Amino acid sequence: MDQLIGLLGYEFVQNALAAGLVIAIVAGIVSRFVVARNMSFAVHAISELGFTGSAGFILLRWSPVLGLLVGSAITALFIGTLGVRVRERDAVVGVVMAFGLGLGVLFITLYKGYANTAFALLFGTITGVSRGDVALLGGIGVVTLVALAIIYRPLLFATVDPEVAEARGVPIRALAVAFLLIMAAAVSEAIQVVGVLLILTLLITPGAAAERLTQRPGQATLYSMGIALFCTIGGILVSLVTNAPVSVFVTTLSFVAYLVARFAVGPALQRGASRRPAIEGP
Amino acid sequence: MAGPAVTFDAVTLEYGERLIWSDLSLEVAAGSFVAILGPNGAGKTSLLKAILGLVAPSTGRIEVLGEAPRRGAPAIGYVPQHQSFDRDLPLRGRDLVRMGIDGHHWGLPMPDPVTSARVARAIASVDAATYADGPIGRLSGGELQRLRIAQALVGEPRLLLCDEPLASLDLRYQQGITDLIAGWRRDAGGTVLFVTHDVNPVLGLVDRVVFVVNGRWTEGTPDEVLTSERMTNLYGSHVDVVRVHGRVLVVGESTDSGFNVDEPHHVPEPTLVGHDIDR
Repeated sequence: MDQLIGLLGYEFVQNALAAGLVIAIVAGIVSRFVVARNMSFAVHAISELGFTGSAGFILLRWSPVLGLLVGSAITALFIGTLGVRVRERDAVVGVVMAFGLGLGVLFITLYKGYANTAFALLFGTITGVSRGDVALLGGIGVVTLVALAIIYRPLLFATVDPEVAEARGVPIRALAVAFLLIMAAAVSEAIQVVGVLLILTLLITPGAAAERLTQRPGQATLYSMGIALFCTIGGILVSLVTNAPVSVFVTTLSFVAYLVARFAVGPALQRGASRRPAIEGP
Repeated sequence: MAGPAVTFDAVTLEYGERLIWSDLSLEVAAGSFVAILGPNGAGKTSLLKAILGLVAPSTGRIEVLGEAPRRGAPAIGYVPQHQSFDRDLPLRGRDLVRMGIDGHHWGLPMPDPVTSARVARAIASVDAATYADGPIGRLSGGELQRLRIAQALVGEPRLLLCDEPLASLDLRYQQGITDLIAGWRRDAGGTVLFVTHDVNPVLGLVDRVVFVVNGRWTEGTPDEVLTSERMTNLYGSHVDVVRVHGRVLVVGESTDSGFNVDEPHHVPEPTLVGHDIDR
C-alpha cells in the first residue's frame, strides 16, 4: 500500500491514471451499445485495422495515436457504407481485415525497433503515455462523450426498437454510421490500455456484464461505465505494484466482473423480479 | 372533421423490379376503421410504410392528414408486426412506452415528472401497470402487444396504424386488443388502419376493407368486397365466399385444406385462403 501511494507521486503514474479514467468512461458507454447492437466482430475489425493505421504512422514518424484513429475511422466508415445485409457485411469485413492486418505486420517490420512498438500496440502501453498523449486522449475522449450524449436517446431507440424508431423519424442509417465512428474513437482509446488483441475486454465485457445487473436501460449504461472504470483503474494500480503488464489485470478483472454479474448477482436479481403478480397467462 | 385521414390517388409502388401494387386509389374517412386484408407478401405492410413516409411510391399521390407523408409525423401512431425482445435486454415496458413520447429526441433522457405521468396514464389505459416494470423480453405476446398500443397512443395520434396486431395471440387476448383499439377510436375519434390476414376478430368494427392480392386490390364495405364474384375477380382464379354458421370463409379452389386461417405465414399464392369471418 505504501509502495502504491509512493508511486502515485510519479508523473507517469498520474498520466496513466488520468488517461485510464477518460478511456474507461468512453469504453464503458460504448461497450453497452456494442453488446446491444451485436457488433463484436466490427469492434475487432476496427481494432485490427487501427493497428495497421498506427503502424503506418509510426513508419512515417507521425503520431501512433492519430494513426490508430485514422485506421479505425476508415474501417468504421467502410463497414458503415457496406450493404445492409449482415451476412455479406461480415464476410467483406473479414476479407479486408485479414489483408489490412498483414499490411500492419509489414509496416511494423520495416520500422527499426519494431518489437517493442508492436508489443505495446498489441498488448497495451498505458504506463508509457506522455503528458501530450494524455491531452490527446482526453481530447478525443471528450469529443466522443459529447457526440454520445447528443445521439444517446435516438441511438437507444434505434438499437432496441428499430421499426418504431424509424417510423418516428429516427435516422437509422445515419445513426449506425455515427455510432461506428464513435466506436472507432473508443477503440483507439481503449487500445492504449489493453492493446489491439485484447480490445474486447473493455468494449464487450463491461456491457455484457451490465446487462445482467439491471433491467433499466439507463442503469445498464451506468453500470457498464462503472465496470470499465473498475477494471481499468484497478488493472493499472495492480500492474504498478506487481510490474506485470496492465492488460493482464484488466482482462482478469473484467472476466471476474462478468462471472460475478452472470452467475451471482444476475440470478439473484431475477429471482426477485419474478415475484411479480401474474395477471395474464403464459 | 374536415377531409379524409388518408388519400391514395392512383398510387403505384415498386421495390426495384417488383411491383407491389398498382394504381391504388383509396380514401380513408377520418374516424373510420379500415381493415387491410390479403395473403402474406401481398404488400399490406408496404401500404403502412408508404403512409409513414418510409417508402416512396413510383407514381401517384399520397396524402396523410392533409399533408404529404413524412417520416416521424407526430399525428401517427404505429404498432409494428410482433417481434419478441431478447430475454436479457435491459428494457422495461415503461421504457418502451416512454420512447413513444421522446425516444426520437436528441440528447440524454432526463427524469421528467410530466412525461412520467403521461407514460403512467398510457400504461394504465391498457391495463399493463402490473407488468410494465419487468423486463420486456419476458412478457407474453398479449402483454407486449398492450404495451405496444400504449407506446403508439401515448403521443396522442389522430391516426393509428396497426400491422397484424393480433398475429400470434390466442382468441382471448385478440379480443382484449381489439377492445382497446375500438375504445381509443371511440373516445379519441381517431382513424384506424388495421393490417390483418384474418378479418374475423375485427369484422364487427370495420367500416371498410381493402383487399390486396398480387399487386391488385379491391375496396368497399365488407359485404361488398367479401363476395365470390369480387374475390374471384381479384384472385384471377375461382374463389368461393361461403357463409357458414354466421362465419364467412374465403376459399380458393386449389387450397388443400379448404381454409387455412391458422396458417397466416404459409399461404400459397395465388390459391389462398380462408378468411374466417364471424358476425
